[in-house]
Amino acid sequence: MTLDKLLVIGAALFCCGLYTILTRRNAVAVLMGVELVLNAANINFVAFSHYVSRMIGGQIFAVFVIVLAAAEAAVALAIFLRMFATTGTVEVDMADHLKG
Amino acid sequence: MTGPADVIFYVLAAVTVGSAILVATLPNIIYAAVALLFTFGGVAGLYVLLSADFLAATQVLVYVGGILVLIMFAVFLSNRISSVKLSNPVHFRLPAAALCLTLFGVLAYMAVSPAFVPKQEITYQPTTARIGELLMTRYLLPFEVASVLLLAALIGAALLSRPDRPDIPRPDMEEPK
Repeated sequence: MTLDKLLVIGAALFCCGLYTILTRRNAVAVLMGVELVLNAANINFVAFSHYVSRMIGGQIFAVFVIVLAAAEAAVALAIFLRMFATTGTVEVDMADHLKG
Repeated sequence: MTGPADVIFYVLAAVTVGSAILVATLPNIIYAAVALLFTFGGVAGLYVLLSADFLAATQVLVYVGGILVLIMFAVFLSNRISSVKLSNPVHFRLPAAALCLTLFGVLAYMAVSPAFVPKQEITYQPTTARIGELLMTRYLLPFEVASVLLLAALIGAALLSRPDRPDIPRPDMEEPK
């Protein structure tokens, strides 16, 4: 277990998340991709904090990222429910009410 | 030299990356959510191997216990379960795969390059007390900002997802046909 292997794992998670965000049309699946990307960033923070830095600031940052992810998931779920009640679907292509 | 820690690391890495690929590719969104559970669990195991015990516990509590349940609720409340195969369509598959594979190549090349020099002595210590101290001293301002953000998210989510009251007029939104 070395730093570069962990960074490769983080890169793989990030690319899976990016692929999910790019290809899925269901908003909940897009949210799953966002969570994958946030986890990839967290792995990098913790790996650098363990192998390179002498402080544990990376772990503190990862805690804040988890807090943000929780808040984001809650608000996103509320928006999806409102969107489902309004349009009857949660496909991201259908959310174009603001288009002129 | 491969000790038991290396074996555990490779198993965790395989579980994490494999289930992340499943999340990206499975057509059924409920299966994808279950695969996401294994990804979060694998990441928590990697945190343990990186001597981030507090983060591992937080990952299990918040991600597996909270966010994944929220995502499951979002799936159940916002899809017609009977047409679950149609509930998760994909598009742009080939360009997205090409872009992601290229990006992965670049990132992996950067990761194995000798640009990052690890420190000499690598210690394994409990971190919970230090994280608590730092949150109350050096990182007090971000801590307070995060608490205000959580309050805002709480109120916003409750406000957004409240049921419609017929006696209170809502600002009209054009209904799609």
